[in-house]
Amino acid sequence: MHEMSIAQSILAIVEEELRKHPDAKLKKVTVANGALAGIVSDALTFGWEAITMGTPLEGSVLVVNEIPIKVSCGGCSKEFIPEDKLYMPCPDCDLEIGHKVLQGKELHIEGIEID
Amino acid sequence: MAEVPIIRNILEANDRISEELNKFFTDNKILCLNLMSSPGSGKTSLLEKTLTDLKGEFKMAVIEGDLQTDNDARRVAATGAQAVQINTDGGCHLNSSQVKEALSLIDTDGLDILFVENVGNLVCPAEFNVGEDHKIALLTVTEGDDKPEKYPLMFHISSVMILNKIDLLPYVDFDMEKAKKHASKLNADIKIFPLSCRSREGLEGWYQWLREARATKA
Repeated sequence: MHEMSIAQSILAIVEEELRKHPDAKLKKVTVANGALAGIVSDALTFGWEAITMGTPLEGSVLVVNEIPIKVSCGGCSKEFIPEDKLYMPCPDCDLEIGHKVLQGKELHIEGIEID
Repeated sequence: MAEVPIIRNILEANDRISEELNKFFTDNKILCLNLMSSPGSGKTSLLEKTLTDLKGEFKMAVIEGDLQTDNDARRVAATGAQAVQINTDGGCHLNSSQVKEALSLIDTDGLDILFVENVGNLVCPAEFNVGEDHKIALLTVTEGDDKPEKYPLMFHISSVMILNKIDLLPYVDFDMEKAKKHASKLNADIKIFPLSCRSREGLEGWYQWLREARATKA
């Protein structure tokens, strides 16, 4: 359950950003979560609710944008979005292994919404 | 209502300390390796063998991460290497600030290789850099050949996959080629060393990789 550590890291960054906007009330935090980042979105939103409970940030929503995997074929360099995380044959040349990951490792904050 | 765009890496605080540690290791010509696996895959056994067999070649130290007890640190210290224990008290992974704190207890003068033995867990440790030059994933033939498929991040980010306990291959249904293929799928560069700490088969390949990795830091 390392999503709790991730939620705590998000909280530290958000609190730092909120200091630039005194009196603002946090409504929403948006994060990008790549399919290869190993983070379960539900566990992350649950962690956020748990650590903001009883604080001024209680009631704010954590929105997780899931980013799909995108690779470029290790053989013919064709860029494609595999349907499956494990079995990824290239649509052009059928090569299954050795692809380069272009997208899907993201784990960052995209923005916050304040009132 | 105002939208404030903030593009910030969630793990930046951890990564900052990790980069600081890695710079220290580079400046001091220390190779740092982060060992990760399920509990019971033989991380400590591999360290015992490595620390004993390469004692004459390198000065080595170990930072041990466990939920509880200092059993592993005591086993490692018995080889004569420096060992520092971090008890995470239930925490499922090590982070860079814990490693930084443990490092302050190690005499790094003339140190060649620092092993960080992470908490036994195939999921969470993969997420947190601890200043290492390489991540090493251990897998045993008793765990099943589908583990690289089930835990893709761990094998995607590791430079090396060690397949331990190959002396048990006659007794288990473990497809070596399948495990290798899946590990290579998302990580074409992963080096794979099948070995047995018990029979010593295959240890030399791992030692040779260690020597080459250390040479890049000298």
